[in-house]
Amino acid sequence: MTRLPYLKLVLATLALGTVISVVMLQVDWFGDAAATAAGPIDTLMEFTIVISSFVFAIVCVALGYALVKWRVKPGDEGDGLPIHGNTRLEIIWTLIPTAIVLFAAGYSWVVMNDIEDKQPDAMTVNVYSQQFAWTFGYPEAGNKWSEGEFHVPVDQQVIFKMHAQDVIHSFWVPEWRIKKDNVPGITTEAVITPNEVGTYQLICTELCGAGHATMRAIVVVEPREDYEKWLAGLDGEVPEDLLLTADQAIELQKQLQGTEQGIDSSGVDETSAENVDQS
Amino acid sequence: MAVALRQPGWYRGALGALLGAAFGFGLVVALRAISGLDVFQTEQTGYPHVIVPLITTPFGFLFGFGAFDYWFRWAAGKPTVPEDHANHGATRWQDYFKFNTDHKVIGIQYVVTTFGFFLIGGLLALLIRAELAQPGTQIVDANVYNGLFSTHAVVMIFLFIIPMFAGIANYVLPLMIGAPDMAFPRLNALSFWLLPIAGIIFLGSFLAPGGAFDAGWTGYAPLSAGAPLGQSFFNIGVQFAGASSIATALNFLVTIITMRAPGMNLWRMPLLVWANLSTSLLVVGATPFIAGAQFMVLFERALGMNFFQFLEGGDVISYQHIFWFYSHPAVYIMMLPGFGIISEIISTHSRKPVFGYRLMALALIGIVVLSYSVWAHHMFVAGMFDWLRVPIMITTLLIAVPTGIKIFSWLGTMFYGKIHTYSTSMLFALGFIVTFLIGGISGVMVGMVPLDIHMSDTYFIVAHIHFVLFGGSVFTIFAGIYHWFPKMTGRMYDEKLGRVHFWGTMIGTWGTFVPQHWIGLDGMPRRVADYASQYGDWNLVISVFAFILGTVQLVFVYNMIVSWRFGPKAGNNPWRANSIEWQVSSPPPVFNFDQIPRVVGGPYEYGTPGARHAIMGDEDELELPEPKPSTVAGPA
Ligand code: HEM
Ligand SMILES: [Cu+2]
Ligand SMILES: [Cu+2]
Repeated sequence: MTRLPYLKLVLATLALGTVISVVMLQVDWFGDAAATAAGPIDTLMEFTIVISSFVFAIVCVALGYALVKWRVKPGDEGDGLPIHGNTRLEIIWTLIPTAIVLFAAGYSWVVMNDIEDKQPDAMTVNVYSQQFAWTFGYPEAGNKWSEGEFHVPVDQQVIFKMHAQDVIHSFWVPEWRIKKDNVPGITTEAVITPNEVGTYQLICTELCGAGHATMRAIVVVEPREDYEKWLAGLDGEVPEDLLLTADQAIELQKQLQGTEQGIDSSGVDETSAENVDQS
Repeated sequence: MAVALRQPGWYRGALGALLGAAFGFGLVVALRAISGLDVFQTEQTGYPHVIVPLITTPFGFLFGFGAFDYWFRWAAGKPTVPEDHANHGATRWQDYFKFNTDHKVIGIQYVVTTFGFFLIGGLLALLIRAELAQPGTQIVDANVYNGLFSTHAVVMIFLFIIPMFAGIANYVLPLMIGAPDMAFPRLNALSFWLLPIAGIIFLGSFLAPGGAFDAGWTGYAPLSAGAPLGQSFFNIGVQFAGASSIATALNFLVTIITMRAPGMNLWRMPLLVWANLSTSLLVVGATPFIAGAQFMVLFERALGMNFFQFLEGGDVISYQHIFWFYSHPAVYIMMLPGFGIISEIISTHSRKPVFGYRLMALALIGIVVLSYSVWAHHMFVAGMFDWLRVPIMITTLLIAVPTGIKIFSWLGTMFYGKIHTYSTSMLFALGFIVTFLIGGISGVMVGMVPLDIHMSDTYFIVAHIHFVLFGGSVFTIFAGIYHWFPKMTGRMYDEKLGRVHFWGTMIGTWGTFVPQHWIGLDGMPRRVADYASQYGDWNLVISVFAFILGTVQLVFVYNMIVSWRFGPKAGNNPWRANSIEWQVSSPPPVFNFDQIPRVVGGPYEYGTPGARHAIMGDEDELELPEPKPSTVAGPA
């Protein structure tokens, strides 16, 4: 009797895959969530983990079975069965993974569009990064500014417009699940709707020099009244030197876009140019 | 002495290096003096009197060492000795320190040298882990730390993994295809000698004012453009390592295409040969891009040109496009040869033909083609064109398909086989399958844009790259070294020590890199000397396992050195394998074959009575192990 015990193998794979999935889903992979994007992203991650658990189970069961069943006894010098392949099987293990990854790509695309969807009432916060500090400007509030800390109202979509003054930095608040590089010369953008009141950390995730590890800022998400109060307490405008380079960058980009040579598509649109120009 | 200085060799090489250095230095001083400039410009990105000699000294050494003697003689129309084998083969240990043109000698030069770089890179890693064992900074400051992880990655990638695979293939591939040597033996030797030069330049950067290059192995502009002098050492070192890679790849391509033994058509090539064919196609096409990117940065630094300075109209992101157009293919340059090694080992030790051989070969070619279309998955959050993300995501995820085909086919090869697990090479091959699988899975995760937005530039990426590069590339390198050690040295290694090494490496790898997934997703960015204290416990665990992983490599070193010297004689074919390299003596004769073999069948005909891969020499003095009839019951 040498026919493969298909049923047993399939059942073992399903059982192992289920066990691994369940265990893996217990892990709180992404930690706390505090923005609307976290919902769909975490669900996508869970979907990926379940699929991956079954892939892992298939390989483990197959490998384990082969080792148990066909490991030679000492002294056995014989050869295996000269099977060169099986076209049907090979087609299956080409097409099924193709279908799975295409589905994963489609699903990811949907999630991507979902989390990047802009609402008409979104507010704008300008982010200026430089070695090794973060500065924030509120263009819709007279370009008031804050250094090393910023506040946003809860349940309000915020569009962060990012500018870097020297080298590349990257804006990441893990609880928001969103990260975007700040690139000298262009304006990059992230769309985030914080939905949990709390204090978080903004982390620089692009190597930017000796102070990279400590290039952090405080993020406060609070009810609108508290936010308004905090904003009112700020004084002064975003310092000239920050705007100067951002301005120059935008001027430059306009020129380049005029020649259909835009440096970047996600970069500056009219509004962001205005935002900075208002100052 | 005067005679020694006229002969190619170390004395003349040292003299050449000296003259090269003097020439470069003098040229800069003279030209600057004539132009009325400061003779010694020491702005951190400048130092022309250092970086020009950095280029001329290696050439001086190579001239002196004899790398170009034959070509010069030939170009000058002087009578050459057509059958000049003076620099071929090794009879004494000194022959390994010459400009040797024997592919077997060069193979061993590569393997030993690059393994030395592995140990150096490993020490750098342990320094990194020592610093990270606790939050806060204890051992090194942030600047030095940035230099440590940058040099660690560069040494491991450019001086260990890529050239180690080139070295293993150098030894094995000509034998496998029944060729007496590589197509261009002198170019082959030159490729090797460029490597230690690159190594000295990379490591020499520690002596530069401002310390070693510290912008990461990715060297993103504008950070790299404004970095201290050490960065120029990286820019220049990459040129030597890259030239070495390209020359070797050309050599492999020509060798594989033109020098196969009669009868070895494409579908009779062992998969290791297919793998190196594919890798070489990647190297030749992609490596010029990193060379170009580093030249651009070097020109910005040294000549004041502008490519990536945004205030002068440069485009910051274009650096990343050029860099990754090489460096994504590079990750497969670091994996495909390993795939080839695993196919050989699993088939041999399961005593069964590779399952789905043709699809395995086509999967390699598929990976080559797709590899050129996925570079921007490293830039999902970089601020590049938004529209590029979805197409790149699709091609990226599709790469998982040929990769999956490989894994399933290896498993299929084991089914109905006779699986021998006594050899350490097979253990590493099996360990590779499960470990690499994790890296492939995390690869698919980071390939999905919404997930990558969170994961990019965190410790999750560090976990991914080490599961694929340690669990993938390094495991296959060990598997390959164990597998061909008897062929290269004629002696057997110690399987008991091999098992200790395998299990230690397996536990060390998983223990070190599994927790990095969690802390990364939870909020720990990569490339940091200091981190939030809540990650302290996990980092301590990681560091402990990293030290286990590092220590257990000493077992390997001991095993290799002692077995090479005192191991029991191995015989020609200890694994009873079919491919041609096992049908010659161990180590093989200087010119590999007395008579070029004739290939009459596929390379993996285990279990088919009478089937043969190759006929060596005269039919009647056959040394081939006659394949035995299968004794495994098949599917009903
Ligand atoms: C299933 C196949 C794979 C997929 C889909 C995949 C995907 C990716 C993606 C999307 C990234 C970028 C992540 C980020 O920085 O945000 C990445 C990084 C990386 N991958 Fe893979 N990968 C795969 C296999 C491999 C293999 C086989 C290797 C090498 C042997 C490798 C080596 C690397 C390295 C070195 C990096 C990090 C580069 C850096 O930023 O320093 N990957 N991978
Ligand atoms: Cu940073
Ligand atoms: Cu990649």
